[in-house]
Amino acid sequence: MRRRHLSVTLVALSALALAACGQASNSASSSAAATSAAASSSSASASSDACSKDNLKTLAAGKLTVGTDKPAYPPYFVDDKPANGQGFESAVAYAVADKLGFAQGDVTWTVVPFDKAFAPGAKDFDFDINQVSITDDRKKAVDFSDGYYSVNQAVVALNGSKGASAKTIADLQALKLGAQVGTTSLDYVTNVVKPADTPFVFNSTNDAKSALNNKQIDAIVVDLPTAYYITAAEIENSAIVGQFKLDKNSGENFGLVLAKGSALTECVNKAMGQLRDSGELQQIQDKWLSEVTKAPYFS
Amino acid sequence: MSTNTGASIVEPEVPYVDPERRSRRQRRSRRNALVATLSTVVFFGVVVIAVATSPGWPVVQDAFFNGDYFALAWPQVLVALLINIKIFVVAEFFILILGLLLALTRLSKSPALLPLRIVGTLYTDIFRGTPTLLVVLLLGFGVPALNLSGLPTDPLVWGTIALILSYTAYVAEVFRSGIASIHPSQRAAARSLGLSNVQTNRYVVLPQAIRRVIPPLLNDFVSLQKDTALVSVLGPIEALRAAQIIVYGKFNYTPYIVGALLFIALTIPMARFTDWLTARQERQRSSGSR
Repeated sequence: MRRRHLSVTLVALSALALAACGQASNSASSSAAATSAAASSSSASASSDACSKDNLKTLAAGKLTVGTDKPAYPPYFVDDKPANGQGFESAVAYAVADKLGFAQGDVTWTVVPFDKAFAPGAKDFDFDINQVSITDDRKKAVDFSDGYYSVNQAVVALNGSKGASAKTIADLQALKLGAQVGTTSLDYVTNVVKPADTPFVFNSTNDAKSALNNKQIDAIVVDLPTAYYITAAEIENSAIVGQFKLDKNSGENFGLVLAKGSALTECVNKAMGQLRDSGELQQIQDKWLSEVTKAPYFS
Repeated sequence: MSTNTGASIVEPEVPYVDPERRSRRQRRSRRNALVATLSTVVFFGVVVIAVATSPGWPVVQDAFFNGDYFALAWPQVLVALLINIKIFVVAEFFILILGLLLALTRLSKSPALLPLRIVGTLYTDIFRGTPTLLVVLLLGFGVPALNLSGLPTDPLVWGTIALILSYTAYVAEVFRSGIASIHPSQRAAARSLGLSNVQTNRYVVLPQAIRRVIPPLLNDFVSLQKDTALVSVLGPIEALRAAQIIVYGKFNYTPYIVGALLFIALTIPMARFTDWLTARQERQRSSGSR
């Protein structure tokens, strides 16, 4: 008899505990939301420039937290050290930070694996820069800044291999292609090339390069800057076979990733607009991605 | 010894119970059922309410349980699951055979087989100690890079071989423990009947040992089913990779839920089959005395 009462009491107690947790977090978050709403409205009315450094709702006051993946690949970053300011995306991140009022020392970098960049809930970065292409589907989950680079896709193959002589999309269809997961390169393979043989998909470009070296695939599809870097510095006997024609309407743009509905999006876009208008964005592009190669276009 | 075939168990006759006692028992069992139902409803009801009223729930629901993306991902992940099933079936076949051979080698007493026993012990230590993912990567990318002519370069082949090598080590240990758990009196009895070592193994020890280790073996195979997803690092688009492609494309996690559900659906038949086998063995062993 006593034992049965004990088990009933235990179940009731645990149920009550769960309910209490639910209620507590409910009330805590609703009160937190109320205070922050009151604070933001008062601060907006207090200062005229909502984008000045003091008014920006960054993760850490006075500091800008920028996220990117690890390892960070060239030519977007150099030596896997985003903080050194070298590499196209590192330079863009510091330029945006500068326009927002953050000095180089105020910028902290944090590692954000690609999966985490669009996870629901609070983000642990202010914006994430990781060669992320802007698409409408993705916009449902995160905020994007305006594009900072129009990206073109290219095909890399080993010299003298089956892939090296491809001239048209039809030639590509006969090849075993490889691409990194989650990239628009993979989208190109699936939607534009439509190869006869299912392509191989890899966790990273490094794995795709290994497979290419092992002749497990005939060619890899990557964005043009990465293709240039692979053929120039990483795989000796490889070459860019060609690049895909950029359609004015379907051009892919890289954008910064921010939390959905982030308070920073407007200010970041303002900074991006300033960089574009002043020509600074083009300068950064010319410095780090100047090798717009004369690779032939696929017909 | 009972002559029970196990196929037709005779139910014992229902003993006579005093009506008052019977009605008391019925009332008690009804009360038990009521308490159990109430307790279950209260517990799960509170959990559901706590989750559904949490502030982040609508966002999480949309990110993980989105109906549109579920419908989108389902056919693609299902088709890709065929690769997992293919790998699993082929691997399982070789793992069973090689595992048993390895176990028998390690348990042999013949002095001539000492080098094989040493190799067997080394093999087990190395492949049980190395994470399966590492073995997949080393074999899948490493061996084709050696560029030896005559060796296949297909990543599916090497991924399956890596899984076979890794799991054979575990399964061999399971077989070994099963064989070692057979009471030595069985060997003695076989000996006294004039059976040789090989005959003892074949007719007395192994049949009992294998039956004994079927539940842990099936445990390992459920684990193998899920580890087939590791072959995706080499390139082939298996179920979880197919889910991941959509997750990254749409920035929504629902395809992962689709993948998880499909893997669970694969596992459940095996789990129920194991339960049935175990129950049947228990029934046969106790021969109706329960």
